[in-house]
Amino acid sequence: MSERERDEHSGVETTGHEWDGLKELDNPLPRWWLWIFYGCIAFAVVYWVLMPAWPGLNGYTPGVLKRSDRAEVVQQLSALQAQRGRSEGLLVTASLQQIEADPDLQAHALAIGQSVFGDNCASCHGVGGGGAKGYPNLRDDVWLWGGTLEEIEHTLRVGVRSAHPETRVSQMPAFGRDGMLDAGQVSDLSNYVVALSGREANPAAVERARQLFADNCAACHAPNGVGNRELGAPNLTDREWLYGSDLASIQSQIHNGRNGVMPTWEGRFSPAVIKALAVYVHVNAGGGETSGAPATAP
Amino acid sequence: MTIIIDRTRDRSKPPGPVSVAERQRDKGRPTGLYKPRTPIYPKLVHGRWRWIKWALLILTLAIYYITPWIRWERPGALPDQAVLVDFDGGRFYFLMIQLWPQEVYFITGLLVLSALALFLVTSLFGRLWCGYACPQTVWTDLYIYIERMFEGDRNARMRLDAAPTSFNKLWRKAGKHLVWIGVAFGTGGAWIFYFHDAPTLIRTFWVGTAPMTAYVSCAILTFTTYVFAGHMREQVCTYMCPWPRIQGAMLDDQSFQVTYRYDRGEPRGPHKKAESWEGRGDCIDCNQCVVVCPMGIDIRDGAQLECINCGLCIDACNEVMDKVGRPRGLIAYDTDAAVAARSCGQKPQHRLIRARTLYYGVALTVVGGLMIWGFNTRRTVDVHALRDRNPAWVRLHDGAVRNGYTLKIANHGFEPATVEIRYTGVPGATVRSPGLTSTGPLSVQVEPNRVTPVRVFVTAAADEAGDGRRPATFEIRSGDEVQSVPTAFDYGETR
Repeated sequence: MSERERDEHSGVETTGHEWDGLKELDNPLPRWWLWIFYGCIAFAVVYWVLMPAWPGLNGYTPGVLKRSDRAEVVQQLSALQAQRGRSEGLLVTASLQQIEADPDLQAHALAIGQSVFGDNCASCHGVGGGGAKGYPNLRDDVWLWGGTLEEIEHTLRVGVRSAHPETRVSQMPAFGRDGMLDAGQVSDLSNYVVALSGREANPAAVERARQLFADNCAACHAPNGVGNRELGAPNLTDREWLYGSDLASIQSQIHNGRNGVMPTWEGRFSPAVIKALAVYVHVNAGGGETSGAPATAP
Repeated sequence: MTIIIDRTRDRSKPPGPVSVAERQRDKGRPTGLYKPRTPIYPKLVHGRWRWIKWALLILTLAIYYITPWIRWERPGALPDQAVLVDFDGGRFYFLMIQLWPQEVYFITGLLVLSALALFLVTSLFGRLWCGYACPQTVWTDLYIYIERMFEGDRNARMRLDAAPTSFNKLWRKAGKHLVWIGVAFGTGGAWIFYFHDAPTLIRTFWVGTAPMTAYVSCAILTFTTYVFAGHMREQVCTYMCPWPRIQGAMLDDQSFQVTYRYDRGEPRGPHKKAESWEGRGDCIDCNQCVVVCPMGIDIRDGAQLECINCGLCIDACNEVMDKVGRPRGLIAYDTDAAVAARSCGQKPQHRLIRARTLYYGVALTVVGGLMIWGFNTRRTVDVHALRDRNPAWVRLHDGAVRNGYTLKIANHGFEPATVEIRYTGVPGATVRSPGLTSTGPLSVQVEPNRVTPVRVFVTAAADEAGDGRRPATFEIRSGDEVQSVPTAFDYGETR
């Protein structure tokens, strides 16, 4: 091994590499760096002994501490379940009114409700429950199937036109598409419905449609148009329109008779979660004032 | 072939015989990349500045150790500790003041104030903080005191270090380190009392049920105290602390610093008793200023980065001046400008009011004023209004438009408060909060020391409906505190 070249000025050995006349000095590594380096090696050895480290053919060296992140997660989850179990037990036994009245229980229900709503309901009703055309707004005071805690819970449980045997169901016929009424009659009826909600409409058409409404619509929507909650028939005299408020939208709905579907959540959620969701929806809608169609026909 | 090269050892010496002169030169030469520490043995000195340093040492240590034990009665389940940083509860208690995490700007203000005060003091009187009040200085002083108890003063310590291992050396060294570690543990131990109820913690700490953070903090502080005050000492100031590097921006030739008056002292040299003082300086080159210096510097080299302005060399020099019968103050707190003036035969003038001290003074006053203003306008009950954003508005069955709000009512006080909520900006609006039945303004009971969320629904009647979003205001009244919280009312889209 030959003597390594020494730089004249600094007296430090060079690495022997040369780039266009520039040579690299082979200065020693800083001592603090070396100590950290040795420390890391020592740490690694200790780590191999204590912690899972080396892969084998079937499995790995478990280490002296037998530590496992998976086991820890399972433990934490079961602790969480135990903690939740208490509140969930209360959710099961307490009445909806009790849940809403108790601040702690309500907060718990709202937390569950928010996450469940976001995952399952928001795709139709919107993240905030604001609804969209064809999907009811859950924040207002108009409830097709009733806005009390019990009614909301029931709707959640059985759904609307769902697969549940006790499902809430109503049927808006497609008067125009199915040929029950001709286009002129549909147009007249639309004018009549616009007039029902206190807006201006073609008076002649309204007069023509008076008998049509009594014959075709009043059975569900009531003779004066206030609807019937038992049948899920919307109130036509208010300012809330599921499928749009203008004449064209109303005409289109009478012609096509669209009926939305709300799935049943019974069986998919535990009763406690359904209760929490009902409280969440109720509280977010203002928790009190409800309107919509009268509960029974006048 | 692999060659293992030990890079930590100096390899600059070429092989071959080494001359005596070369060995002599190498003696003071660093090996490797790092300069080894030359041990410093500061000699004990007596005098005015040493006395002030002892007094401040006792005062600052007393403040540090006693503060967590001062009790301060607070209502309910709130902690009764006068000064407490309660991380679990998210509160900082200082006597009658209680800060919430969102009020951390008061701490920022306090730090800004401290920094400005440090700037002002430094530009006036040099690094007084470093010399008298810095924990590094105080604890190092304490450690040197302990060292002196076991090993004696400077000369005895030097002899002991040079002596071969013996029982005498061993017990003195062991005793010193044991007491050092004890003091370090006491330091770390006192620190954790600022973060938990002290009487509770002192029990739980010993039975092993204290929080892990207490043990870890205590261990870290014990370690750093022992290492910084016992072993690293002046290296912390010289190499680790940024302040010596920053101080240059604060000091000028009018700043009072520990100064060797070279106009008076030079030319220096040994002096015999009967000799005349004519034609020579007052400095007799006795080296006393050097041996007492805890930083190991020679003040006669002028102001330097390492100097912490502690004034021990002043005491040492005054003692010598008294002995040789020359006036005191060869080394003194003085300004560069005064020394320069004297060497030109002029009368020195001290100017405390200068542009920089004015700047610092004004900044200090402004920040201090802001802090006082902030504290005095601080409300007991603080309200934030969060408007529902999804959906921003809701149309009700009769065409009325409803907006939802969540009022976050933070009660910073120690007593329950009744808060009245009024809403203005929307004509004919009805205001309702679930669970609250009241006529007139909404009235809410808020618990002390917590945030109470209150849902508020505001409905604008159909015939009042406007367009778009309009500004609105929550008028909040609690006791005699009144505040307006700005918000907005969204009328939604026109139909």
